[in-house]
Amino acid sequence: MDLLNINGLEIEFPSRHGTVKAVKGVSLTVQPGEVLGVVGESGAGKSTIGNAVIGLLEAPGRVSGGEIFLNGEQINNLSDEGIRKIRGRRIGMIFQDPLTSLDPLQTIEQQLVETIELHLKLGAAKSFERAVDLLRQVGIPDPENRIKHYPHQFSGGMRQRVVIALALCAEPEVIIADEPTTALDVSIQAQILELMRRLCKDKQVGMLIITHDMGVIAEITDRVAVMYRGDLVEEGTTAKILGDPDHPYTKSLISAVPRPDVRLHRFPMVDYIEKEEDRKKTMDISTHWLGQARDFDAVEGPLVSVENLVMKFVAKEALLKRNRKFFTAVDGISFDIKQGEVFGLVGESGSGKSTVARMICGLYTPASGAVNFGDTDLTKIKSEKEMDYYRRQMQMIFQDPFSSLNGRMKVMDIVAEPIRFHKLASSNAEVESIVLDLLEHVGLGRQAALRFPHEFSGGQRQRISIARALATRPRFLICDEPTSALDVSIQAQILNLLKDLQEELGLTMLFISHDLPVIRQMCDRVGVMRAGKLEEVSETEALFTNPTATYTQELLALMPRLDTLSHEGLEVEGA
Amino acid sequence: MLVTGHKMDNTINTSRLERFLDSDIWHSFKQNPVAIVAFVVTVVMLLGAGFAPWLAPHDPFDMVAIDIMDSSLPPMWMVDGDPRFMLGTDDQGRDILSTIMYGSRISLIVGFSAVIFSMVVGITLGLVSGYVGGKTDAFIMRVADIQLSFPSILIALLIDGVARGIFPSNLHEELSIYVLIFAIGISGWVQYARTVRGSTLVEKNKEYVQAARVIGIRPGTILRRHVLPNVMGPVMVIATIHLAVAVITEATLSFLGVGVSPTTPSLGTLIRIGNEYLFSGEWWITIFPGAALLILVLAVNLLGDWLRDALNPKLR
Repeated sequence: MDLLNINGLEIEFPSRHGTVKAVKGVSLTVQPGEVLGVVGESGAGKSTIGNAVIGLLEAPGRVSGGEIFLNGEQINNLSDEGIRKIRGRRIGMIFQDPLTSLDPLQTIEQQLVETIELHLKLGAAKSFERAVDLLRQVGIPDPENRIKHYPHQFSGGMRQRVVIALALCAEPEVIIADEPTTALDVSIQAQILELMRRLCKDKQVGMLIITHDMGVIAEITDRVAVMYRGDLVEEGTTAKILGDPDHPYTKSLISAVPRPDVRLHRFPMVDYIEKEEDRKKTMDISTHWLGQARDFDAVEGPLVSVENLVMKFVAKEALLKRNRKFFTAVDGISFDIKQGEVFGLVGESGSGKSTVARMICGLYTPASGAVNFGDTDLTKIKSEKEMDYYRRQMQMIFQDPFSSLNGRMKVMDIVAEPIRFHKLASSNAEVESIVLDLLEHVGLGRQAALRFPHEFSGGQRQRISIARALATRPRFLICDEPTSALDVSIQAQILNLLKDLQEELGLTMLFISHDLPVIRQMCDRVGVMRAGKLEEVSETEALFTNPTATYTQELLALMPRLDTLSHEGLEVEGA
Repeated sequence: MLVTGHKMDNTINTSRLERFLDSDIWHSFKQNPVAIVAFVVTVVMLLGAGFAPWLAPHDPFDMVAIDIMDSSLPPMWMVDGDPRFMLGTDDQGRDILSTIMYGSRISLIVGFSAVIFSMVVGITLGLVSGYVGGKTDAFIMRVADIQLSFPSILIALLIDGVARGIFPSNLHEELSIYVLIFAIGISGWVQYARTVRGSTLVEKNKEYVQAARVIGIRPGTILRRHVLPNVMGPVMVIATIHLAVAVITEATLSFLGVGVSPTTPSLGTLIRIGNEYLFSGEWWITIFPGAALLILVLAVNLLGDWLRDALNPKLR
């Protein structure tokens, strides 16, 4: 008998726009001691399955067909009371964000011991003993003392360990983990996954792990189920799915994962989900407005160079200047970006890489240091008029496609705004025809101009952002984590687009990312940042094959190993 | 992404009306009977007031038509009632229904103007305060705090008193309505400023504002074109509820005799006039204008409450 058996599950969300079928007849099984991964992109319905199993579907969602069995006992038709007895007791849960899944006002002891007493009907002393034992098992040092602490006294990774202890404390038969490591830094992700896998084997618990991340799948799962828009498209052992997938969607998904080990020319076969409108290759850039000779001064040497850049934020406000406390986000950074080069900045969250970008484009004023564009130090320019000349030459693409476009403006006006502001076209008709060409050029149709941003998906919005950035005909483009909010297949498309545009227009680029594989695909040279300092700058290939700084070596060692992934259809650069 | 999918193919060239009919606001309105009733009542009262010269059965300002013999008649369904005067007449023989219609006209004009005045002042200061920050922000918000520590009716009374002192009495009659609008308007800007400042603090850190700054757009244009449209939602909610408050404040001031001049009937002056006859048995002179005020304010308030809920994503 299967431990967890989901049979022909159908889930729908009725709304006034019609009923959305989120899950369409999915069947899965989990055996004791087995880790089953459910992978898919946003909207695939993977989290919905997890929620349905524990009876926590968000209203108005409902199970419209199929059954769920736990150890042979049907659980999808239980009363609220019935499912509550199973939830936590027989099915444990681990959620994405360790910050919000613990009660901040209770100590770990209160939360753990209470849960154990409730579910296992043990006395206070026994429960405490068990709680300490559990914390030891999940790798919390000095558990006798640490158990008295509040959640905020633990780091993110430690907190997720506590969440795992909480999920395990009632000795559940099945654990459902929904994106358990997405909120954590890479270094911690590896440890947590290892821990989860070991506990699952030791205790013979079945685990259903829901994720969008192929790295997680590769590290922890025994079997994988691939979901696409509510359908289970493929299921099999992890080695089979990753190494030799059958379904075109799985192939497309795997080919879109950025490789840490090789540099690709382009990502192939990535149009399964969101077809680009045909990017008209017939448009001749050299004669079009977009590629016309620009009135910029020629620059000898590097296009952009920063010298000893320092940025301080006020950490504690005080009336007197000398009493203020500062936090140094960027601490004396210098690097050059050559013309036509893609320069990468990589580092973990909080390392100051975005702050550098914002200082270069003038959003922040550095505390000291210089930002040289050609021969001009931008930090010395006082007049707005003079600055406009440089603003026109550099544009920025932001991280979050949902907040980077003004929802009250039509796409036409969003993309036209820089052209109108800098008076780059003589008539309104010309502005509009340029915008239409631009939209077409970034892979959106011309009709996009008449719509509002909310009518587009994340990837399409990022294309609009790119069109807006290109609308000043810049020669320097700053991309601040341009794809980290996107699904992997959309990320591949956007990276392809940026690569194409960069080559076509000879753009110089500053590319910021926390994701090393993405950096490897995009950049010519890379700077590694840590705590506001630049640890190392070198050619991309040299950095990946032969890192000099110890920090870089650590980072590289922590990258998820994806060498089992299928190489079908990939064009490796230089091979 | 899943939900937006259905829109992609069919609605490329939607008109504003079509988009409104498909919006969540309209949908929530259709499903809320309280909102519908409140809306209908508000519209009926607005129309009644707006078209008073054409709709009212009598002209209370036409001295020729007023007959002192008709004074203090009770509503028509009572024993001494006259079918010509549905809600009875006042001490000078004016039709109560007609005076209410003319009176609510003045009340609404004062209410709307005061709200618009408050909005302009409050939104501007709120945007500047939130966007510029620092000392400017501190100054504007402290002024707002100081003003909040006085009851708004006191501020209105104070302004009215000062105005009486400044202007000669012959001018005062003419100007009284403007003074009233200013007094009510200035006492209400704080709410707008605080709300707008809060939303501006959120919006200015969003990436679309930063994108505009990278393009080079100047702060004034950013505030007008980018920030303002995105902070208007909560402002509309406050404005609706503020309209009800403004109408009440006008009535209160007029009742106290410091509002519009006694010769111009507003709901407040009508209630005040009737108040003197309340204990001599002629209750209709004051009760009906009072009821009209109550219904108007209640309807507008309910509409505001609904709008607040409809615009609040957490309650949806």
